Amino acid sequence: MQTIEVENLTKQFNNLVAVDHISFSVKRGELFGLLGPNGAGKTTTINMLATLLRPTSGEAEVAGFDVTTNSDAARKNIGIVFQDPALDTRLTGWENLEFHAMLYGLCKEERRGRIREVLKLVELTDKASALVEHYSGGMKRRLEIARGLIHKPEVLFLDEPTLGLDAQTRRRIWDYLKKFNREGGVTIILTTHYMEEADYLCDRVAIIDYGKIVALGAPDKLKDVLGGDVVSLEVAGDVECLISLLKDLKWIKTIKKHDGNVSLTMEKADKRIPELINVAQKNGVQVMSVNLHKPSLEDVFLHFTGRTIREREATQTERSREQVRIWTKARR
Amino acid sequence: MDKSKKITSWTAIYVLWLREMKRFIRSRSRIFGMVGRPLFFLVFLGLGFKRIPVTFIPGGVDYLHFLVPGVIGMTMLFSSMFAGISVLWDREFGFLKEIMVAPVSRVSIVLGRMAGGTTTGVLQGIFILSVSLLLGFKITGAIPLIVSVIFMILISATFIGLGLIFASQMKDIQGFSIVMNFIILPLFFLSGALFPLENLPVWIRYFSYIDPLTYGVDGLRGALIGVSSLPILFDFIIIAGFAVLMVLAGAYLFEKSEAV
Repeated sequence: MQTIEVENLTKQFNNLVAVDHISFSVKRGELFGLLGPNGAGKTTTINMLATLLRPTSGEAEVAGFDVTTNSDAARKNIGIVFQDPALDTRLTGWENLEFHAMLYGLCKEERRGRIREVLKLVELTDKASALVEHYSGGMKRRLEIARGLIHKPEVLFLDEPTLGLDAQTRRRIWDYLKKFNREGGVTIILTTHYMEEADYLCDRVAIIDYGKIVALGAPDKLKDVLGGDVVSLEVAGDVECLISLLKDLKWIKTIKKHDGNVSLTMEKADKRIPELINVAQKNGVQVMSVNLHKPSLEDVFLHFTGRTIREREATQTERSREQVRIWTKARR
Repeated sequence: MDKSKKITSWTAIYVLWLREMKRFIRSRSRIFGMVGRPLFFLVFLGLGFKRIPVTFIPGGVDYLHFLVPGVIGMTMLFSSMFAGISVLWDREFGFLKEIMVAPVSRVSIVLGRMAGGTTTGVLQGIFILSVSLLLGFKITGAIPLIVSVIFMILISATFIGLGLIFASQMKDIQGFSIVMNFIILPLFFLSGALFPLENLPVWIRYFSYIDPLTYGVDGLRGALIGVSSLPILFDFIIIAGFAVLMVLAGAYLFEKSEAV
């Protein structure tokens, strides 16, 4: 059963098409990731699914309810953790949670029970009566995750859940999310521009660039597109001879030569390296160094967009600066 | 509309009101800031002009008695505009999104904010009134007090609505000082809170007649000191009309504006 169904969803701001006819669906209980650089349209997509923005065109259903025509019903079934904190810092942690539980119509006893439960889940029980303005960034994020879960939503949206957090807190949040997803059966949709986050957490990932989905699938399946691991050998001696020998090995998929190096792609390269060195030495070619590179989602992104995510973010910044310049000129 | 939905809306109004109350009680600086300004006006103008005859004050009352309803009107104006515009702060700090994704009607969100802003406004108005009693102001009974509170509520609703209108048109809090200097202060001075409008040149007085606060302050005078330029019922009808108009316009525009 599909919990989320998105069809040709589009959002246009003035002349900028932020999300461009995207379609995907998410199964119940899945942990689904939208991966892409800043400005790719991830947050806009989440905001449309969470009923905060009206789509320019296209349709989206969350938990069986259309987000534009039946937004109140959709709202009841979603929890959301925004990219920037959305807490009332003048209230305590407990009050923030209680405020939320009341807005979602939980009765008094239910409220208390649930608040205690979620506080325990994110290990903030002893900080509940402190004002949120005294919380650290990681505590705020955990409180927000707890808040998103109080009303037992069918779907939990997280927009860059670990942005700006230290490695330790990030790991902790990953573990919470996995736990909620596996044990609580909550469907989770998160956006991220961290490759390792998408890789570690998500059952399936949609790679999004310039408002379009360029690839979609399980992280491992996406990496398979690249043809396996890459082994680079730095060799001294007769390179051509080595290459002709390697060509006879069936498990090597591609061979590339550049400078003194030979790059090979293959499956399970870690098991094959001794064999490679053996072949080289037997034929009088000395191997100076070996470099094994397992493909990451970064390589997948590079493969589909022709750029690394960092390069893409740099141009994005330039682009948005240019956009701002145009706007300010237009205003004058 | 089914019954459960209605109950949720009442809860939403209550919980938003409760939030305002908690924030209000906790932020001492805000209380001092809000009450400080009218208090200075009251004490220094009230005492400073005590012996100076101000012309055109009707009914032979002294300046302090003329001033107190004006300063209460001022308190309501500033606190209510602020309550309406504070939506912008919620937007700035992201909390507005949390409210907007909740499964509650947009109207109840507006009403909750109104309820909170009106309560804090009336509390401040009553505080100013209490201080003025210490300075020698006299109230003749319970009915003037009740009628004045009704006027306070109407003034408050009017300007929270106006604040929401501005908040929905501005994207960030940068524009607040413009509103402060070019909307709130003129509204205040044109209302006749500090001096009889009869002292102003005729062409300026026309602006006073379209200022809702003029009728609010005049109504407060009628209620508290029994002297007003216009019949108190007339003041009531006009300010009530403004209140309905502003609340509807503010709610409509708030609903139209996007949370992100």
